[in-house]
Amino acid sequence: MIVFDGVTKKYPDGTVAVHDLTLEAPTGKITVLVGPSGCGKTTSLRMVNRMIEPSSGTITLDGKDTGRMKASDLRRGIGYVIQHAGLFPNRTVLDNVETVPRLVGMGKKETRDRAMELLERVGLGADYAKRYPSQLSGGQQQRVGVARALAADPPVMLMDEPFSAVDPVVRDQLQDEFLRLQDDLGKTIIFVTHDIDEAIKMGDQVAVMRVGGYLAQLAEPAYLLAHPVDDFVADFVGRDRGYRGLSFQPAPRLPLASERTVTLGESAADVDDDWVLVVDGDNHPLGWVEPRRIDGEVTSERLHRSGTVARANGPLRAVLDAALSSPSRRGVVVDDSGALVGTVRPHEVLTAIEEAERPLVENPDNPGAPAA
Amino acid sequence: MTWFIDHLGDVWNLGRQHAVLAGLPLVLGLLIALPLGWLARRFRWLYAPFTAGFGLLYTIPSLALFVILPLVTGRGILDPFNVIVAMTLYTVALLVRTVADGLGSVPSAVTNAATAMGYTPGKRFFAVELPLAVPVISAGLRVAAVSNVSIVSVGTVIGVQQLGLFFSDGFNRQFYDPIVVGIVACIVLALIFDAVILVVTRLLTPWLRVTGARA
Repeated sequence: MIVFDGVTKKYPDGTVAVHDLTLEAPTGKITVLVGPSGCGKTTSLRMVNRMIEPSSGTITLDGKDTGRMKASDLRRGIGYVIQHAGLFPNRTVLDNVETVPRLVGMGKKETRDRAMELLERVGLGADYAKRYPSQLSGGQQQRVGVARALAADPPVMLMDEPFSAVDPVVRDQLQDEFLRLQDDLGKTIIFVTHDIDEAIKMGDQVAVMRVGGYLAQLAEPAYLLAHPVDDFVADFVGRDRGYRGLSFQPAPRLPLASERTVTLGESAADVDDDWVLVVDGDNHPLGWVEPRRIDGEVTSERLHRSGTVARANGPLRAVLDAALSSPSRRGVVVDDSGALVGTVRPHEVLTAIEEAERPLVENPDNPGAPAA
Repeated sequence: MTWFIDHLGDVWNLGRQHAVLAGLPLVLGLLIALPLGWLARRFRWLYAPFTAGFGLLYTIPSLALFVILPLVTGRGILDPFNVIVAMTLYTVALLVRTVADGLGSVPSAVTNAATAMGYTPGKRFFAVELPLAVPVISAGLRVAAVSNVSIVSVGTVIGVQQLGLFFSDGFNRQFYDPIVVGIVACIVLALIFDAVILVVTRLLTPWLRVTGARA
């Protein structure tokens, strides 16, 4: 657990970057610091490994005051990932990953084995080990950055906008992969971002900070969306928060209609409907076609692919999106294996949403606190 | 040409001495400039006085330096030690700024990452900053090498053994062959120094030569 206790950072010119910050980052969880530029989120992060020294207050790691530890020892026990990865350009990928194990004097063979295993885990095979960072794409460099941070198996990780410099598609992949990794590893992580969507996605809890280094609200993502504590947080959380809040609400039992389907390659001539769902041999949905516009068999070029597909036990947001995006207005719902279960109409999803309880009940004694 | 072939032995001997007088200070100067350049980066307020101050050394006329140094070192005026000291000073003058700027060319994201990994400042210097500064330092070293080869010949005036003696010989006798030979020998020596620095730089920076590098 990382605990900020009344931490302030004031520069000699009088600028206050962080104002009396008190915050707990629980063990094994991701705590996201999010806010506009100038809110002190990066400063707060860098005070944990003493890249910046606090002016007052203490930061403890599992009860130990970081201010009393030797800075280099402290840092070797904390994984650090930054924007643009910050890899050492003069070292191969493997040497980069081996940095901290070597600094702490881990055995050569153990270091090598661990580095290779980590590269594998972040999705870069042995082929990449001997390359230099300049030979990798931004996303690949960032993967190496994550592997390097994990190499000495530190219990704590600091991540400063780690996925901000890559394109949105790669960012999404990296986020998903990192969350999967974290499920296995259970590191205590402080994660800084300016992107509220990333904060909501990555955070077990989210600390919204405002300019001047004030903590505006600390809450679980769903709570934050449902109960922003003031106008600043409400603004910062942004539009669509009702819709986005559905991400955290599991779909209830929905009235699924069974759907007439045709298999790709068969004829849809005898279907008496404006739209029919096309599936493959395993009953996995592929898309919709309009039978009246097709002579003969259904080919993959004729498919309308606009509809998204929701898992039956997934979040409500996905179900609603499936219904809204489907050209037939019938949202496709599948089971965990991806096989068709049935379809649902938008008004049925909305009814389900209305009937569902509010996800988190307001706690009047302590507004803004995580409901858990 | 005949003159050259007749004096091959002289060219070889004086060339070797010239190489030592110009080359050894290059190495010594680099070793002295490294910590000075590091200091100029580490303490920003030192940068201006250091680069300007050491740069000024270069403006001291070499002739004056060759004449004054024996008084300072207490060695005989013909002692090559004086030339080594003078040339080392010139090398330091050129390289302090180069080293400081070379270290400054290392991206701050990289030095920050190194610090955050738990490098102590000393280890970080040798493991990260110095290797990355090699291309810039090497460029400065090439300038210093050529400059050294050229300035050493001024030692002729105080009679130190090196290629410059061909110039005074040719001048005194109004006979141009030795002058041409001396110039060509100096150019060849400078080219050899340059080539050595280039090769060493390439060996020290394998990451700059990888294929398929992406932006």
